[in-house]
Amino acid sequence: MRRQWMAAVAVTMAGLLTLSACGGGGGDGGGGGAPQSPQADARKKVEVFSWWTGPGEADGLKAMREIFEKQNTGLEFFDAAVAGGSGDKARALLATKLQADTPPDTFQGHAGAELQGYIKAGDLEPVNFLYDELKLRDVFPQQLIDQISVQGQIYSVPVNIHRSNVMWFNPAVLKEAGVTEVPATIEEFVAALEKVKKAGKIPLSIGSEWTMVHLLESVLLGSLGTDAYNRLWTAGSDWSGPAMTKALNDFKTILSYAGDPADDWQPAAKQVADGQAAFNIMGDWAYGYFHNPPDGGLGKTSKTDFDWAPSPGTGGTFMWLSDSFTLPKGAPNRDGAVAWLKVAASKEGQDAFNPKKGSIPARKDADSGLYTDYLADALKDWGSDKLAGSIQHGVVANDAWRAAINEAVGIFHADKDVAALQSSLAEAAKSSGQ
Amino acid sequence: MRRWLPGLLLVTPSIIAIAVFVYGMLGWNFRLAMTDKHDEVSEGSFVGLENFVTLWDQKRWGISVDHAIVFTVVFVFGALLLGWLLALLMEKGIRGEGTFRAIYLFPMAISFVATGVVWRWLMNSAQGERAVGLNRLLDGLGLGSFQWGWFRDPDWGMAAMAVPAIWQMSGYVMALFLAGFRGVPEELREAARVDGCTEWGVYRHIVLPLLRPVTLSALIILGHISLKVFDLIVAVSGKQIITDVPAVFMWVAVFDSHDPAKGATIASYIVLAVSVFVIPYLVWTLRRERRS
Amino acid sequence: MTTATKTPPAPGPVRAADPGARARRRARLSRGLRLTVLLVFLVVFLIPIYVLLVTSFKPLTEADPSRAWALPEVWTFEPWRVAWEKLAPGIWNSVLLAVPGSLISAALGSMNGYVLSKWRFPGADVLFTLFLFGMFIPYQGVMIPLVQLLVELNEITRDLTGASGVFYGAIPGLLLAHVVYGIPICTLIFRNYYVTIPDELIEAARVDGAGMLRTYRSVVLPVSGPAFAVVVIWQFTSLWNDFLFAVFLTGPQSWPTTVMLNNIAGAQTVPYSQQMAAALLASIPTMIIYVLLGRFFMRGLMAGALKG
Repeated sequence: MRRQWMAAVAVTMAGLLTLSACGGGGGDGGGGGAPQSPQADARKKVEVFSWWTGPGEADGLKAMREIFEKQNTGLEFFDAAVAGGSGDKARALLATKLQADTPPDTFQGHAGAELQGYIKAGDLEPVNFLYDELKLRDVFPQQLIDQISVQGQIYSVPVNIHRSNVMWFNPAVLKEAGVTEVPATIEEFVAALEKVKKAGKIPLSIGSEWTMVHLLESVLLGSLGTDAYNRLWTAGSDWSGPAMTKALNDFKTILSYAGDPADDWQPAAKQVADGQAAFNIMGDWAYGYFHNPPDGGLGKTSKTDFDWAPSPGTGGTFMWLSDSFTLPKGAPNRDGAVAWLKVAASKEGQDAFNPKKGSIPARKDADSGLYTDYLADALKDWGSDKLAGSIQHGVVANDAWRAAINEAVGIFHADKDVAALQSSLAEAAKSSGQ
Repeated sequence: MRRWLPGLLLVTPSIIAIAVFVYGMLGWNFRLAMTDKHDEVSEGSFVGLENFVTLWDQKRWGISVDHAIVFTVVFVFGALLLGWLLALLMEKGIRGEGTFRAIYLFPMAISFVATGVVWRWLMNSAQGERAVGLNRLLDGLGLGSFQWGWFRDPDWGMAAMAVPAIWQMSGYVMALFLAGFRGVPEELREAARVDGCTEWGVYRHIVLPLLRPVTLSALIILGHISLKVFDLIVAVSGKQIITDVPAVFMWVAVFDSHDPAKGATIASYIVLAVSVFVIPYLVWTLRRERRS
Repeated sequence: MTTATKTPPAPGPVRAADPGARARRRARLSRGLRLTVLLVFLVVFLIPIYVLLVTSFKPLTEADPSRAWALPEVWTFEPWRVAWEKLAPGIWNSVLLAVPGSLISAALGSMNGYVLSKWRFPGADVLFTLFLFGMFIPYQGVMIPLVQLLVELNEITRDLTGASGVFYGAIPGLLLAHVVYGIPICTLIFRNYYVTIPDELIEAARVDGAGMLRTYRSVVLPVSGPAFAVVVIWQFTSLWNDFLFAVFLTGPQSWPTTVMLNNIAGAQTVPYSQQMAAALLASIPTMIIYVLLGRFFMRGLMAGALKG
């Protein structure tokens, strides 16, 4: 009998622990866990964490990877990208990894408030030494460096710049509706939307709720003006005043011209490209989607099938966002991560990545010949325009604030109550103010 | 003691595992829910049930609870009814029963990571000329007036969200009921018929009462799936307020708002809501077993 | 069950009532009606599958919701080829996960169910109740402590055996999580199934001097097939299809198919036809399991069903 008990316990214990360890074919290492293979072998891998998996973005990453592997023959690029919801899934996964002290070697983050969340949590190592070594302070714009620094320490290497305040439109639809001038102010925009509505097309195409927040940031910038918009993110900002009320009423008016919400930004943008809708306000990643040949995009001709302008009221201002790579504290392969950051910071790396990704380089000295059509416009504006930071893409509001703004806009979409929206936004600013 | 000790030893590993992975986690969660740790860096001190009370002041929480109720009611009754109907139609044997069964069960085999996109296409809200998906189909079938906004409908959107869930689970319910029907001894039915019962009478007085346990276990399985529903909603609609439910809200609280205490509070409410379903069931089952 | 043509339909009104022509006609009518309704539902059930299938053969330019119902103008196998290429690295991981995972779960469930129904100890019912609560944890809520727990297990195993990264970031950790969170449902299914075995059989074995394990082996195990089928199907499906645990608990080298499937969608463009081909590809193994074990599945449900 006694032997039987022992057997019983042994059998089940085996079932639980040993079998689950062996059943899975032993430790594969990998992930955030320290790889089990011998040291020499483990040093080779550099785990690069991002949310770039689709056409365009992944191609850009691959181009940078090739440069990296050519320059560092002893290192292997290890792609740990997770797709979904503009990085939502990846960032959630990253948060757990960081809390468990098992960071990847380097990860992608939006420069600005989003990155400062990681900095405040003590997850990142400053990379000033890299800026000194490579003289990067001279090649990145000062405002960008400010956004990735805390108290004189710089915490990441920006690889690209996207523009958020772009209004895409279909010239043929505008002509048909009798809109002769591209609307430059909010009033002109509303008048144009009305004309398109009368002509029986969708005046403004829209996607899921986050694209409404994206619209909101452009409307706030256009209605408040650049300086007032930038003050919203500083101490003692005024979210409750009449200017904000007017801006939110503009938002309500513009949103009332929106068509049925599409599933995401791509189908919404496609309505413009297909001539079903007149306008769409979306970041300039839409350019790649419109322009790239089929399989990576819609293969449309710029200026005829689709055209662009700064979103109404924001001419002369570049609302930016930027992807950057970091050096997490406790990175398993720190040297490898530094080697990656060097490639990401280099002119060669940025010029390989950005034309494929459909963005402009963060460096001021990039080869401008590589950036044509829309990207040439963007490059020019980036050098001359006033700057403002994007809300939805992590520049001016940290994660918690952004989540609160998204919540307020989502509720507003259902009840259309401007006063309630304004008080929620003011509340969010008060409790999340940085 | 010699009699039962081996049994206890045999389940000991499971007890340890459940203690750590289930009760350890639940304890961690409840403790966190009773602190004011509203960001990732602060330590958090004990605040009692404060978070549980203040959650109700948030508009979004009210919305997500309403959504969960609509979703649960439509999904649970929809799947039960459809599963029962399919089982009833198949009960007496039908040509190709195996094929029918396999196809009705098939949706269970696919994850929403895979089918989310299709359902998003099918439940597109555009109507009339621009209609695609199911609205286009309805239009083509001459049922154009039945077009609606599906999960984007401001009032009953969550009822639409239950459609993919019903699609996935009603095959399982059908299998359960079919097994239940077949498990009713033929002698019982025969005896009732001899007593002059009509077919409906037989069904009503003999079969239905015997199906009660099946119905109940189906109810439990569906109920707890529906209160935890997350994959489906994120796959079809993402994290939008219009389809917000507590499980999605919890995700946002933990990973977007970086508010661990709030996330833990929502998780606690989900566990409590599920217990409301489950405890009566367990009490009922165990009491019945003891009686027999 | 598919031979309804040769033999008269299973027990029903026809056999019981007057075997007159009218009754037979009515039976035929009702059978026709039932078949029609079932076929209508069949078509409705297949709608999403139809869209998946036709889209998976379309070139990317044609794959759009507005053409969801149309057959491809140009048929292409390219999406399937790409889908296979992208899923392939994850398939072996999924197999390593789902096969041992469902077998270990079934073994554990069977032993627990046996003890909790036939070899009870004081408090067994309370324990069973406590077990069942494991089913109701909202997993997203405990992801952070779960990851930390597995990291600690990593450190313990490293100290004990020198192997690092055994649990967190690798398949065994994911397997462990699935097996543990699967204990409640597996125990429930087996317990409900074993309750139907008459106690006298167990008593008889015991009188013959058989101990707990021998009784299990000689009396209980031989009749457990259907319950094993139910549990294996259930666990295999949830292990194979799980995304949440997979992406949080493993690393890129050990990602299973669902994570690869998720990664086909990009932030820029979504290659729909590849995504749908991959969705179908990824569900083939579960389909095979359903077909292989389907007959036992019904039998297992039937045996356990009336016990709730």
